[in-house]
Amino acid sequence: MKVPEERNNVNDTAGKFGELELARFVCHLASHLPDDVEERVRAMAKKETNEAALKTYGCMIENMELADSLKRPLCQDTGIPCFYVKAGSDWPLLGSLDEIIKSAAAKAFRDAPLRPNAVDPFTGKNSGNNEGPRTPYIDWEIVPGDELEMTVYLSGGGCSLPGFAVVLTPGEGIEKAKKLILDRLLERGVNACPPLIAGVGIGSSADIAGKLSKKALLRPVGSVNECENAAALERELFKKANDLGIGPGGLGGVESVLAVNVEFAARHPATFAVALSTGCWATRRGTLKVDWDLNVTCLSHRDFR
Amino acid sequence: MEYHLKTPMTNDTVRKLRAGDIVYITGRMITLRDEGHARFLEEGAPEGLDLKGAVLYHCGPIVAKKESGFELVSAGPTTSMRLEKYEADFIEKTGISLIVGKGGMGDKTEAACREYGSVHGIFPGGCAVAAATHITKVAGVIWEDLGMPEAMWIFDAEEFGPVTVNIDAAGGNLMKRRHSKGDVL
Repeated sequence: MKVPEERNNVNDTAGKFGELELARFVCHLASHLPDDVEERVRAMAKKETNEAALKTYGCMIENMELADSLKRPLCQDTGIPCFYVKAGSDWPLLGSLDEIIKSAAAKAFRDAPLRPNAVDPFTGKNSGNNEGPRTPYIDWEIVPGDELEMTVYLSGGGCSLPGFAVVLTPGEGIEKAKKLILDRLLERGVNACPPLIAGVGIGSSADIAGKLSKKALLRPVGSVNECENAAALERELFKKANDLGIGPGGLGGVESVLAVNVEFAARHPATFAVALSTGCWATRRGTLKVDWDLNVTCLSHRDFR
Repeated sequence: MEYHLKTPMTNDTVRKLRAGDIVYITGRMITLRDEGHARFLEEGAPEGLDLKGAVLYHCGPIVAKKESGFELVSAGPTTSMRLEKYEADFIEKTGISLIVGKGGMGDKTEAACREYGSVHGIFPGGCAVAAATHITKVAGVIWEDLGMPEAMWIFDAEEFGPVTVNIDAAGGNLMKRRHSKGDVL
């Protein structure tokens, strides 16, 4: 691995990147929606005709502006901090990245401030510092190259409640999958701060479908799956989910989802696994790109410098 | 209809409210979530706390501890349906007037609202800074050992809203009416 001379103290450099850039980014995204989500919410508000829905959109837009001007987390549920790493194998701080992420998450927890959300599943005890087993959550993908791309997602509780994963038989297949997804959105979507982003994953087993459903959720609003069959499923579920009439806050409205995104893997001849991950209208997700020289570019928030 | 209400509320005031009405609240609100409800029903109300005519807010806020005292940062509503398991008993035991959260609640809460003269309303989810700006003071906290989200926070609110009445005391249930499974699938 090549290390530039002026950066031979890797710990110091890692500290600067983590403590300064990454922690500041986590704080920023607790208070600001990514551009794609904010634009879609504002566009939906313009299309709305239902009176209660308009009032709700008005509150949502006022809240975005207050969170920005007062520099506060726009939702009190600042979620479980999740980091989706796609790192080039030659990116210079790869070996320190786990530590960089954890220290940045700890600093952001104090600075934002974020809410302590890490609870022991057996005792029910809140750790008080947002840290716990596998928390912050880090997902690793190592690819050829010397750049880092990292998506940070503050995974809220209420918006995660509609999620599920199930392994169907091939005979049940896609039709059963669609019904389960729409049933679940209707049954629990109203409670999860709609309009929602629905991420759908399909694969051979529950874990693969589940992980892909989260990847689908994290894809930009307005993006389309490259595979025409998957894109057709996105269009169909988008139309049907909007026809549920949930509306913003569940009070009814013209549209009910920001997006439906689908990601898939090959299934096994004997299985058809499907999973749903949902995000609220206030989906706080952001992506940074960091090159070999540690120049940081933000791909999600044009106002993050 | 739009109402601007002060706590403690009288039973007559609450029984006038109808699903779909908009309410703004001034006065005392307490927060409770899953753990707090469970403890309340197991141990009873903390000494000296009378919730008759008060407002229960389903909320797990972010509160900063400063030298000058508590500073409320963000305080939007949490999912009310999680509290369905506890709420009917809670209403019966406390005589609480208004419950504020997000999303719908179930049949048991609906029945308790009708019987005891209580109402469930919704504040727009995710609008936590807007909510916090209508809470003028953190008056105290009880059961802090449950952790920041689950503790019982005591707030003083000023024109807190818009709260849309979801379940009224006359059998109205806005969310159930809207989202019962029909032929949309």
